[in-house]
Amino acid sequence: MTTPGDSAAEIWPLWEVFVRSNRGLSHVHVGSLHAPDETLAVRNARDLYTRRSEGVSVWVVPAAAITTSDPDAKGAFFESPAGKNYRHASYYSKSEGVKHL
Amino acid sequence: MSDDDSKADVHGHVAVDVTTLDAELIEGPSVATPDVAEYALWLGDDSLILSQQLGAWISRAPELEEDVALGNVALDLIGHARSLLHYAGTATNRTEDDLAYWRTEPDFRSLHIVEQPNGDFAHTIARQFVVSHYLFELYSRLRASADATLAAIAAKAVKEVDYHRDHSTQWVLRLAQGTDESRRRMITALSDLWPYVEEIFRDDPLIDSLEGIAVRPSTLRPAFDSAIAPVLAEAELEIPRGFVASGGGRTGRHSEHLAFLLAEMQVLTRAHPGASW
Amino acid sequence: MTSTITPDTSASVAISVEEQQFNDLIEADSRIEPRDWMPEGYRKALVRQISQHAHSEIIGMQPESNWITRAPSLKRKAILMAKVQDEAGHGLYLYSAAQTLGATRDDMTDALIAGKARYSSIFNYPTPSWADMGSIGWLVDGAAICNQVPLCRASYGPYGRAMVRICKEESFHQRQGFEILLELMQGTDEQRQMAQDSVDRWYWPALMMFGPPDDDSPNSAQSMAWKIKRHSNDELRQRFVNMLVPQAAVLGITLPDPDLHFNEETQQWDLGVIDWTEFHEVLAGRGPNNAQRLQRRRDAHDEGKWVREAAAAYARKQSARTEEMVAS
Ligand SMILES: [Fe+2]
Ligand SMILES: [Fe+2]
Repeated sequence: MTTPGDSAAEIWPLWEVFVRSNRGLSHVHVGSLHAPDETLAVRNARDLYTRRSEGVSVWVVPAAAITTSDPDAKGAFFESPAGKNYRHASYYSKSEGVKHL
Repeated sequence: MSDDDSKADVHGHVAVDVTTLDAELIEGPSVATPDVAEYALWLGDDSLILSQQLGAWISRAPELEEDVALGNVALDLIGHARSLLHYAGTATNRTEDDLAYWRTEPDFRSLHIVEQPNGDFAHTIARQFVVSHYLFELYSRLRASADATLAAIAAKAVKEVDYHRDHSTQWVLRLAQGTDESRRRMITALSDLWPYVEEIFRDDPLIDSLEGIAVRPSTLRPAFDSAIAPVLAEAELEIPRGFVASGGGRTGRHSEHLAFLLAEMQVLTRAHPGASW
Repeated sequence: MTSTITPDTSASVAISVEEQQFNDLIEADSRIEPRDWMPEGYRKALVRQISQHAHSEIIGMQPESNWITRAPSLKRKAILMAKVQDEAGHGLYLYSAAQTLGATRDDMTDALIAGKARYSSIFNYPTPSWADMGSIGWLVDGAAICNQVPLCRASYGPYGRAMVRICKEESFHQRQGFEILLELMQGTDEQRQMAQDSVDRWYWPALMMFGPPDDDSPNSAQSMAWKIKRHSNDELRQRFVNMLVPQAAVLGITLPDPDLHFNEETQQWDLGVIDWTEFHEVLAGRGPNNAQRLQRRRDAHDEGKWVREAAAAYARKQSARTEEMVAS
């Protein structure tokens, strides 16, 4: 499923923009913009989303290239982790007080 | 409703970012000598006039993203202009604004190419393409100037004009190879602008007295030519042939355009002598 | 499905599972995200509100860009360019948010330049003086901030996130405007006169930016129920005036309302009567600069067409070339 907002009817396609605000951090979605191609998209992203030194790296992705999980199946898609508490360190309470664990 | 902001300050939810602010102007330890001040005016006036022209695009660009892009270029250039004019002013105890607003046309030192009107987007791009490639070569070398202030200004400016160079290059390629109409406009723009290229690389006598401090314009020509050649080749554009404009900006002989530009730029300030803003 | 949907889950109307989920999210003060189910009325109200807001940012560039070339100092010129540029950015953030609801920028732009879309009527007032750059920052951006800070918590995720970004940038706008006026008020008699005259012209229109009085605001109740609006028009207007009065004192400027007085009982500043006939005139497109603002937007769009087409054509050729290379 494509990202909402993408439309083949527009003269310049929509791009999603991700900015890494600092080394050591992930790129985070900040918004979108229009550009005719990837070369200008990444430059437009720099001009629009890093005017106040918000980033050290920028990704642009055509909105049409993004696949999202189906929201109608939301329950089913993200149900599995619930109840599997043993994946979390806090589940193991008996080791409390033991150092370096 | 779980509104908790009704009592809070209206700004409460949006904290103003606390940031360390960089220096707005690049200032050096020393006062400019008269010759260095004159040279700083050359460069400062070029940036000022070009910035003034690009500023007029904001809210009129072909697409909103381009309003932002041209705005960034204009802001970089006005930054360079302010540092350069500030430095030039140290020689005669004048401020950047004294120099920008209270000199008349013959005292400006800008090149004719930056005075050429915005025209259509192709003209603006052609002007940017030429000037930013020139400025990149200039500042690259000026970083090694024996004058510490000029070197510091150049060190910051070179990175910014590198981006301007790229911005205009991208657009030259797209306009030249986009549609028939855009190609026609790009070719026209380039040939309208080309007569003013020659002046950029002329050595005014002042240069002789600034050995090791200023960059001799004629020495930049080969690097300029070889930087633009591959772009023009890819864009399938030829260097226009035709007349060479007489120039004279460095000695205060300007194009017809400058007087109008200055009239607009200076009108308010001159109506209020001595006022501060 | 045409009935009014309120987040009140005790409503006796039978509703679908997804509608229930939507109502629950609103009720829990959570966020609705682009691909969630939402009532058509909610989507439409959002597209209307967000696109109008985006148009306002874009048209709002004009009264200030008028002064970029004439700014009285290089510092002010740089600030003003950065400010107007920010407004273009705000328009872009908001168009993006509206786009997640299925509205395209091209369609929204077409509606704007065809004169079919609304934008904040404040931008149909002229900016004949430099002091107007101060008044716009202090009063217009100031009123916008009051309106917009609560919108950072709007129930629609992309809208709220765009607003967070915008509000951060707006605080610079308001401060620079205040500073322009302060500088003028500390200057020559002529400058003080310029500042006062400008505030006289912008004060009432800025108060009208909060919209008509609550008892005359048809869409407000539903928007508040859906949490795409968080406070009533009058509530926000009151807050704004309470904030302005001490600021005006710092400036030494007079707010042009002879009836303005402090109400000991409510601890608020009671204002005089707003002349809504003017508001409705301007809203109806008969503001002093409506036609000019739209024409300029139209011109920029029309004159940019060949550029947008050129870039699109270039992109098509490039990708065709790449495909050829891959194929061979
Ligand atoms: Fe804004
Ligand atoms: Fe603003």
